[in-house]
Amino acid sequence: MLSAGIKRFELDAAEIARKAQPGQFVVLRVNEEGERIPLTVADTMPDKGILVIVFQEAGKSTKLLGTLNEGDSILDLIGPLGRPSHIEKFGTVVCVGGGVGTPEILPVARALRQAGNKVISIIGFRNKDLILMADEMRAVSDELIVATDDGSNGNKGFVTDMLNQVIARGEKIAHVFAVGPVIMMKMVSKVTEPHKIPTVVSLNPIMLDATGMCGVCRVEVGGETKLACVDGPEFDGHKVDFDLLMARLRTYLPEEKQSLEMFESAHAKGGCCGGKGACR
Amino acid sequence: MPKPSPKKTPMREQDPKVRAHNFEEVPYGYTPEEAVEEAKRCLACKKPGCVQGCPVNINIPGFIGQIALGNFWEAMKIMKQTNTLPAICGRVCPQESQCEGQCVLGKKNEPVAVGNLERFIADWEAKQSECVMCEMKPATGKKVAVVGAGPAGLTVASDCAKMGHSVTMFEALHKPGGVLVYGIPEFRLPKTIVEREVSFVTSMGVKLELNHVVGKLKSVDELLNEFDAVFVGTGAGQPSFMGIPGENSLGIYSANEYLTRSNLMKAYLFPKYDTPIVRGKRVVTVGGGNVAMDSARTALRLGADKSILVYRRSREEMPARSAEVHHAEQEGIEFNLLTNPIRYIADDKGWVKAVECLRMELGESDASGRRRPVPVKGSEFQIPVDTVVVAIGNSPNPLIPQTTPGLETAKHGNVVADPKTGRTSKKGVFAGGDIVTGAATVILAMGAGRLAANSIDEYLKTGQW
Repeated sequence: MLSAGIKRFELDAAEIARKAQPGQFVVLRVNEEGERIPLTVADTMPDKGILVIVFQEAGKSTKLLGTLNEGDSILDLIGPLGRPSHIEKFGTVVCVGGGVGTPEILPVARALRQAGNKVISIIGFRNKDLILMADEMRAVSDELIVATDDGSNGNKGFVTDMLNQVIARGEKIAHVFAVGPVIMMKMVSKVTEPHKIPTVVSLNPIMLDATGMCGVCRVEVGGETKLACVDGPEFDGHKVDFDLLMARLRTYLPEEKQSLEMFESAHAKGGCCGGKGACR
Repeated sequence: MPKPSPKKTPMREQDPKVRAHNFEEVPYGYTPEEAVEEAKRCLACKKPGCVQGCPVNINIPGFIGQIALGNFWEAMKIMKQTNTLPAICGRVCPQESQCEGQCVLGKKNEPVAVGNLERFIADWEAKQSECVMCEMKPATGKKVAVVGAGPAGLTVASDCAKMGHSVTMFEALHKPGGVLVYGIPEFRLPKTIVEREVSFVTSMGVKLELNHVVGKLKSVDELLNEFDAVFVGTGAGQPSFMGIPGENSLGIYSANEYLTRSNLMKAYLFPKYDTPIVRGKRVVTVGGGNVAMDSARTALRLGADKSILVYRRSREEMPARSAEVHHAEQEGIEFNLLTNPIRYIADDKGWVKAVECLRMELGESDASGRRRPVPVKGSEFQIPVDTVVVAIGNSPNPLIPQTTPGLETAKHGNVVADPKTGRTSKKGVFAGGDIVTGAATVILAMGAGRLAANSIDEYLKTGQW
């Protein structure tokens, strides 16, 4: 448990851990009735054969995943999927992480630093109790700014406010990478656009097979339809139709609500089975 | 000998009104008595056209002759010499344009129901306590990697195993079978049958690695370090869209997504299964192939009041199996032929609420030999909908071509392979099925797999490319 509702799992997945690169993701299924859940690779320890995922317990499937304990197993794990982040020496780069996007930007920031970039990281949370992985981010950044929406950590503001301040200092920023809620990535892209700072965002549409077969993850980038699972998940933030992405993410809201309610009521009755699915 | 009956022995089916609301299989299959009766219609021609009509050249008069004598075990032995997946083929092959299309009886009357008999013998075997095993050649020590556990891959794997090679199949999804599990619905091909046929293949010693996306986890070049030959049968897995305005609105599915949710993920059992699917009340399916029929019939079973098919040509040009078109009509699918969507209209939340279409008429023949549909000017009209399924075809999955240097591809991303041998431009790499031909049928993929397996065997013996 990293903070309320956010969990970090180390998975025994030697082959994937050896291959996975920053920006890529995996798909997992907890049990036979389970959904295929896409999750960004948060870290790898190839020598130990470990793949790290960090997820927010939001709906039924992630809550079910969250009921697993050390030593439990999941049914399926597929990856690494998607294209890796494009890493090169750009100069000064800003990495922006919002909420649970922070663990996802961490490997990107680390790779950018290793490639010789000056890395300024900005991470934002609703309040100080929700702050995640600040130490890890500090370790891979030349400068780290941690912001909270309510100012409870002493630095009030959104990540976009912090980004505006960094830009206002006048240092030439060669690239911005942003991972977080869709609205945050949209606002970050709006901030950087007038300054013509290339901005990469990592999109999180609904996915199913995540190998290019079903087309549910289609997004519009510069007026063209792309599949986030095979053409992405990273795209040019100045060209992404974020409103379409937000709308499409709402496709199954009623079903998600129904699933979650059933799951929670089974839990309330003490019928939970430790993630084996039997509690339904 | 009495003259054979002019008509096929009919197969009993679920009542259309009942079955339109469940996912159970539509036909019940023959009883042994019905099978013998039907098998007796076969004239056992000296030069059987049916065998030539079959992409894998099953000894059709041979197995039917044994059924006629009541020797079901012998019939199955003959079947398995050439076809390890008969329960599937009997259900999904387009027999009317293959074996049955060449049957002498069919010139004046109805042909022998080869497909029904193939299905019967396979289902009969499944009920026995043991199954017919194939003759296995001694181990050669050679290793073959098969990428994709669909119809082509399963055929290559079983054939190569019979030849004594050590075979590993790599499958990207969490279940083997390819289109047989994600695409074809339960009511047409029960998944227990696919499982049984796949387990027959693994019983021959074929190893199966699920959840392994070749091109991402391992490349074809890496496989070539471990294996003596690689077969690529990754199918036509990338859905085509029409590229018309509004196509990314909510409620618009590719057939791949719609069917994968329902079949592979069992969304029709939501919320017992976690994957959801939109249960539309007015569903339009665009297309005229088997996949379109499967989608339109799935929509009915998910509770649609109206399931409407929109196809730009006429009934005659529909590429679907005639049995599927017939079943769809019986179940009450509304056919809107010579009609083509031109845009989708969404509500203020982004959900599709109408399809705007144009009426079409048939003009000159095109490259496929079918008459080209031409729009009728000013014929725009709208169909109110809440769900749309786009079933206009698939293009090859690009993952392997993109990650395999030296593998030649054609214009649409299809892998280039010799149609007689399956050899590609890259030494040791063979390909077959939809990844080579573009979206086609299960049996054509199996036919390509059969040819590729033979040439893999030859390559492994001689080392010559």
